[in-house]
Amino acid sequence: MSGDAAGVISARARAHIDACVAKYPQERKQSAVLAALSEVQHENGGYLTTELMDAVAAYLGMARIAVYEVASFYSMFETKPVGRHSVSVCTNISCMLRGADDIVAHIERRCGIKTGDSTSDGRIYLKQEEECLAACCGGPMMMVDHKFYEHLSNDKVDKILDDLT
Amino acid sequence: MISPDMVTIEVDGKSLQARKGAMLIEVTDAADIYVPRFCYHKKLTIAANCRMCLVEVEKAPKPLPACATPIMDGMKVWTRSPRAQEAQKSTMEFLLINHPLDCPICDQGGECELQDLAMGYGAGISRYSEGKRVVQDKNVGALIQTDMTRCIHCTRCVRFGDEVAGVRELGATGRGEDMQIGTYIEQALVSELSGNVIDLCPVGALTSKPFRYTARAWELRQREGIAPHDSIGSNLYLHVSDNRVRRVVPRENEAINEVWLSDRDRYSYLGLYSPDRLTAPMIRTDGGWREVDWDAALDFAAAGLRAAVDKHGAGQLGALTSATATTEECYLLQKLLRGLGSNNIDHRLLHSDFKDQDRAPLYPGLGQSLAELERRDAVLLIGSNVRKEQPLANHRLRKTAQRGAFIAVINPVDFDFNYTIGAKLIVRPARMVAALAGIAKALVGGSKKSVEPKVVDMLASVKVEDTQRAIAKRLKASAAPTVLLGNLAATHPCASSLGELTAVVSDLCGAKLGYLAEHANTCGAWIAGAVPHRGPFGQPIAQPGLHAQAMLDPGLRAYVLLGIEPELDCCRPAQAMHALRNAECVVSLSAYRTPRIEAYGHAMLPVAIYAENTGTLVNASGEWQAFGAVVPPPGESRPAWKVLRVLGNRLGLAGFDYASTDEIEKDLRAGDAGAGAVARGESDLSLDGHAAAELDLIPYVPAYRVDPLVRRATALQQTPDAGDRRLHINPRVARRFDLAEGANVRLQNGEEAVELSVTLDVRVPDDCVLIYTAQPAFETLDAGTAPLSLQRL
Repeated sequence: MSGDAAGVISARARAHIDACVAKYPQERKQSAVLAALSEVQHENGGYLTTELMDAVAAYLGMARIAVYEVASFYSMFETKPVGRHSVSVCTNISCMLRGADDIVAHIERRCGIKTGDSTSDGRIYLKQEEECLAACCGGPMMMVDHKFYEHLSNDKVDKILDDLT
Repeated sequence: MISPDMVTIEVDGKSLQARKGAMLIEVTDAADIYVPRFCYHKKLTIAANCRMCLVEVEKAPKPLPACATPIMDGMKVWTRSPRAQEAQKSTMEFLLINHPLDCPICDQGGECELQDLAMGYGAGISRYSEGKRVVQDKNVGALIQTDMTRCIHCTRCVRFGDEVAGVRELGATGRGEDMQIGTYIEQALVSELSGNVIDLCPVGALTSKPFRYTARAWELRQREGIAPHDSIGSNLYLHVSDNRVRRVVPRENEAINEVWLSDRDRYSYLGLYSPDRLTAPMIRTDGGWREVDWDAALDFAAAGLRAAVDKHGAGQLGALTSATATTEECYLLQKLLRGLGSNNIDHRLLHSDFKDQDRAPLYPGLGQSLAELERRDAVLLIGSNVRKEQPLANHRLRKTAQRGAFIAVINPVDFDFNYTIGAKLIVRPARMVAALAGIAKALVGGSKKSVEPKVVDMLASVKVEDTQRAIAKRLKASAAPTVLLGNLAATHPCASSLGELTAVVSDLCGAKLGYLAEHANTCGAWIAGAVPHRGPFGQPIAQPGLHAQAMLDPGLRAYVLLGIEPELDCCRPAQAMHALRNAECVVSLSAYRTPRIEAYGHAMLPVAIYAENTGTLVNASGEWQAFGAVVPPPGESRPAWKVLRVLGNRLGLAGFDYASTDEIEKDLRAGDAGAGAVARGESDLSLDGHAAAELDLIPYVPAYRVDPLVRRATALQQTPDAGDRRLHINPRVARRFDLAEGANVRLQNGEEAVELSVTLDVRVPDDCVLIYTAQPAFETLDAGTAPLSLQRL
């Protein structure tokens, strides 16, 4: 497993990963893989590259494919370039009954993209239709950059999206 | 009275006894009660993810997977009850939801576990009418074809990589509906055991790429065979249709290859169908080469050899044989030579140090069974890239390493191992003797055993470093140590010193001394007497003949060659070519017609090889394994033993009237004076390393270049283990010569030079250059004949 981890992962990220590694027994370094991937993804503007995943693998002494498995399994990791702001609309039963599908259609029309795509200016990433984020009493709702917005209407959505930088 | 470790369970009304804690499926398999399965494999860990082996267990609220259910005393199980069958059928329905109905164009069709089980457990009509998922294929190299839409996610291939191959290359990425088995990024599998995933795959997701679309499973006849490359002698099946080997799969033999097969043994059959096969006997007269019938060719060859012997004496006749030739062929060849009065016969074409040949054992065997390798708790590997050279011996070592055994290596290249190496000494070839001597000295230091004074004297000036002391300590503390000499020790310029020191080391720590013999029949060639100093079964020879090196330098007047390409198979190819070109008569028994043979040869006799041949190979653990021809050889080719028999007759030699290889083997075995009766000379250990030059050349024969057959296996030649044509140096040496990656250099060896590009390789020690030999590009490079120099171009 070659791969120059030090050259790809910043000193700051390495310090963070080291702190996570320290929480686990010596021979279980790979337990820190989620934390490590989150950190390097954050520093890389919200997505992972193969190079970064290889570097994490080398740093934690894991097989590269094992890191790819983790990165591709969890929805919090992106393995291709995406927009700066991550938008996910819940379309599960409660929100659906309150018009979530219309919200999704509105966002798609407004941004000119389909769910799963990013706007060409790299500003908005319409990540996915969520399956319940446990805010049913506020439906329809969406999550933008880990923040919940409830009781959505088209106008409200426009305002939220316009405020994104 | 049954032992307390045993419990009694009842399966389908039948009472069974088994080891406590065994998984239910192991017990039912042993009792021949079939439980359907996809993910379970006896050589892999349990995943229990396919759910096909669900069975009904008394008191369990739901059906349980037989592969992951440990048995308990008094357990009652039904494998075919309505409840069990309902569970199995439901699982099958789910598996078939996304599986394509492309059986008619699927290579696995007819031998597919899913297809077979769908017959028993699947419904005739699917209730699922939605779209099926499709998975994009990735190219994983020249050996394995992927059709991942067919994958049912049993993860056998993933577990195989982790647990057996020791390199995790395949994995399950994505999740749920989007989960895929693959490499994630497009890359070729590099494991030397990768082909085994084809056998493991229960569906047609992973199939053999060279075999693709060439035959249907039911058209193939399965014939037994023995692998012709490494000294493991893996048992295999050749799948034949229309008199052609279509593919090769492992034949289970727990004592030898278990259930595995190395890629080299699996794909080398492709070399049988190389376009340069020699199909008719040919002779060279004044008018050039022409095809003749066997009669004329054999008369011509016999007359040529006879004339050379009459004119120059028998001492001017030599024979060089491949160590993949069968024991019978080696025996007949030495009988022919010795019948003509010459002892010049050898198979050690890559060796350059023969000083200790009189002290060698009957044959360079492992000294233990392959299974015993698994039970060693300390292993010292000397000059070996065992992972690529004897992949299934490496698999045994890997198992013992994973149980915590200490593995140490002394190598001239920091080869990649797929297990933890406890200590390593990576030194230039000229320092290998000293590295081993240090371990010997460390052992002498703390030994209660009496050590011969001359050994003590000789080691007096040796310095012991910490690593050597640590290795010695571990070897000594071990209850079951072994010391193994690999290919690079056998072909080392000071092989005899390494061998002698190894004997000292293994003696001092009570280790089993073993050789990882280089070729499929290295051991058989020794036993058959294809060596200049001993007859069959080590019978002493009054006037030893010339060894391989001495036969080619300065050269003899006549040669018989069996199954070799000297320009690639000899350690000093230029010297070999020179000697052969100057000979008056060269008779080459060859499967291939090459421009080189045309240049030096006088008669080319086409011979059968591998699956076309009949004979016996002796593997590293001394197992004699006979095999028969399963396909006819091309054109006029004949088995070499028949050619040698008739040649013997034509030369008027007595005792060449064999009707079969069995008779030859019987004749050979009649000479068995009993193991250990071989007269072995006195040790005269010396530490003479060769003088350290400015640069050491490490000529390394890559795994897929070891013999003419594998060199023609096209698929294998497209993988990294076929070697590259570059000069491997480490970054420090590169700086010294002011070279960067990709720079062009001239490698000067005496008068000869080759131009090649540099690649930076941290595995190579200082003051060394590594090249992958047995390639046409290096035909003019004779290792160790002249000082080496490097010039930037």
